[in-house]
Amino acid sequence: MTATTLTINNATAVPMQEVPSLPVNDFRDTLLELVQQQEHRVSAFFGLPASPAGLGLELVAVLNHPEDGNCKLARTVVKDSFLSLTPECPAFHWFERELAEQYYLEIPGHPWLKPIRFQPPLPGSGGSKTTTTIPNLTVGDTDYFTLEGEACHEVAVGPVHAGVIEPGHFRFQCLGEDVYSLEISLGYQHRGLEKMLLGGPDRRTLHLLATASGDSSIASTTAYAQLCESLDHTLQPEPEALLLRGIAAELERLANHVGDLGALAGDVAFLSTAAFCGRLRGEFLNMTAEICGNRFGRYLVCPGGVNMAFTPAQARKVLTWLQRVMSDVDNALELLFESATVLDRFEGTGTVSTAAARELGLVGPAARACGVNLDLRHTHPYGCYTLSAPAQAADSAGDVLARASVRRQEIAASAAWLREQLAGWQKENRRHRSTPRLAPDMIAVSLVEAWRGEMCHVAITDADGTFRRYKIVDPSFHNWFGLAMSMRGEQISHFPICNKSFNLSYCGHDL
Amino acid sequence: MPQNPFFWWAGLLAALLLAPLLLGVINKTKACFVGRQGPSLLQPYYNLHKLFRRGCIRTTVSCGPLAWAPGIELSALLLAVLFLPYANQLSPFAFAGDAFFFAYLLGLGRFALIIGALDTGSSFEGMGASREVQFSALTEGALFAVIGFLAFASRSLNLSEMLSCPLPSNIPTVIAAVILAAGIAFIIMLVENCRVPFDDPETHLELTMIHEAMILDYSGPDLGFILYSAALKLWLMTALVVLMLLPGDLAPPGVLFILHLLGIFLGGVVIGAIEAVSARFRFLKLPQFLLGALCTALIALALTVIGTGGGLQ
Repeated sequence: MTATTLTINNATAVPMQEVPSLPVNDFRDTLLELVQQQEHRVSAFFGLPASPAGLGLELVAVLNHPEDGNCKLARTVVKDSFLSLTPECPAFHWFERELAEQYYLEIPGHPWLKPIRFQPPLPGSGGSKTTTTIPNLTVGDTDYFTLEGEACHEVAVGPVHAGVIEPGHFRFQCLGEDVYSLEISLGYQHRGLEKMLLGGPDRRTLHLLATASGDSSIASTTAYAQLCESLDHTLQPEPEALLLRGIAAELERLANHVGDLGALAGDVAFLSTAAFCGRLRGEFLNMTAEICGNRFGRYLVCPGGVNMAFTPAQARKVLTWLQRVMSDVDNALELLFESATVLDRFEGTGTVSTAAARELGLVGPAARACGVNLDLRHTHPYGCYTLSAPAQAADSAGDVLARASVRRQEIAASAAWLREQLAGWQKENRRHRSTPRLAPDMIAVSLVEAWRGEMCHVAITDADGTFRRYKIVDPSFHNWFGLAMSMRGEQISHFPICNKSFNLSYCGHDL
Repeated sequence: MPQNPFFWWAGLLAALLLAPLLLGVINKTKACFVGRQGPSLLQPYYNLHKLFRRGCIRTTVSCGPLAWAPGIELSALLLAVLFLPYANQLSPFAFAGDAFFFAYLLGLGRFALIIGALDTGSSFEGMGASREVQFSALTEGALFAVIGFLAFASRSLNLSEMLSCPLPSNIPTVIAAVILAAGIAFIIMLVENCRVPFDDPETHLELTMIHEAMILDYSGPDLGFILYSAALKLWLMTALVVLMLLPGDLAPPGVLFILHLLGIFLGGVVIGAIEAVSARFRFLKLPQFLLGALCTALIALALTVIGTGGGLQ
């Protein structure tokens, strides 16, 4: 029997023709078998115009298994329609909706096929031009679930929100104070990132990826750098550079987790932790700025290494700074987690079951809070995490308290790991600057554990060694539906804390 | 009990002028508790000044109540301020049964806001109105239990006499009952004025709002009226609690006046402290809490009946 998938390690590249191209039915069966029977996760499922042009659309799936430590690739070519996998396997739900709008692909059998970003189709979209799947491109203008009857009412929130946050539209179907269903409609932040990346890498590429989701700059640029390094063997980052990437990534995690816990406290009107965490988040951002001059770590990571030199003197400075800040963080979080009124609000609110988390393919802290054992730093180690990684957090309740508690554990683990690494920082790293020259006709996969969870970048190069397709799957892409699930049957007044406990990215999703 | 009408009028003036300052005190206390500098004590005045200089933007789909509500709310409150015995001095406007008039003036103001909120047709305001009605229906029970207790203890249906007469403080059960009833009045004050832990006046999250959701569509002087009315209501209800605890025969009117003001601002500090250390309750908890308050108020009433031998003379 010929292999149906190709297995590769995280952050490696293989020639595109080595990935077995299956007939459509075998492709569907393989994906269903791997996801349903063998507990694989869908990291990416996307299309690109088949080459040579005119053949149709090539579909590529990247699956991974939490315990195998590698990725499985499969592909097929379809003409203009693909029978939906979603009814059997909900993890494909969002990916198939994305495919339908990016390439005008007909996906019969999909239960709720509508645009996720309201974006114009990508170049080379095949399919029948007369398709009626996506009739218009006004963001948010589409059908929503409706509920009819005397006691029910609809609440629409956004896209313009109170407060300085990103735009997104939320439709609640309510029975009194209880939410029957929540539908989330995004796309307001779409700026055509994947289209702009085609034909790269060029001078804009690093900037585009650093701003794919501004609060995950380090993770995103690390994923990109790993792709380039696997596609260009002259780029071999030194161990210090890899470690500095890890240090920056953990600082990013700390800043965001601390900020999120503060925001959660603010939403239940628990002022002390809210006020403290707001300040403390800034301290972590300033530590990142100490390393690279930018509070969000933009342009620190670059293909081949890092852009900044980090001296042992700076490491000592950041270490003492970290120790001082962490004692404040511990105090603020102790206050939060020991306050009965706060625990009463968090406990049992917005519960997502372990089964739902697995089926939907949730990632990151949201998945770990549901008892799903996922952490790429441990399961698919990359960069400096091959040597040591912060301890993995876990909880099983799946409620707001579990998500908060996972974040608290991760704060402690990352801080402990950072102390160890900073204390051992002996020599200054080299700065690196070069333009990557990528190998032609390859596919490369890079998985990174961003602070929100699994971030997957896939690059496919053409004969000239430029990007024929660059696919970004932000962790938020997997998790938005988890937020919708957490609100089923919940009180509508609990939406803000459910939302903050996930704190998903709009621009990372909308790209 | 010595009476000096001058101090009543001074108390009325203080209520009208200093009500926004009480909000400033609460906010300053909260800020101090969490280690921030916080806004100036006078910030609520600046906000009102800003609002009164602005124009009003009103939705075009309204059929009227949206525009009338702020005026009705403010008028109701301005009438209600006339009936409290400031500094334990009898109000010149007092009449038998004015306690009910007072309670329903507050109710009228609330009713106007609810109708105004429903008038906008917005789902947020509808939710806010529905919550306001639900919780105020429960609060009203507790409020009337407290009024009933006061009426029984003072043998009067006149708010001024209820709150300013010296209670039979030689009877221990009555003292216990007064403290219980004042505690309940304090809780009612927190609920009615949308303070933490029952509501969060500072939140920007429409889905969690009660009172604030109802006034989302107001701007300019309309909003100024509503905010000023809210400040006045907070002052009145804090004054009510202070008056319940302040015996009228304690000191000469001048000293009582000072104690009265100090008591109200102390009330503001207590509210601020509660808000700083407590998170907000779940909505589902509020009915339980309010029914508990009603029962406690009834216990206070029962204690008084037992303590005084029962029966109005």
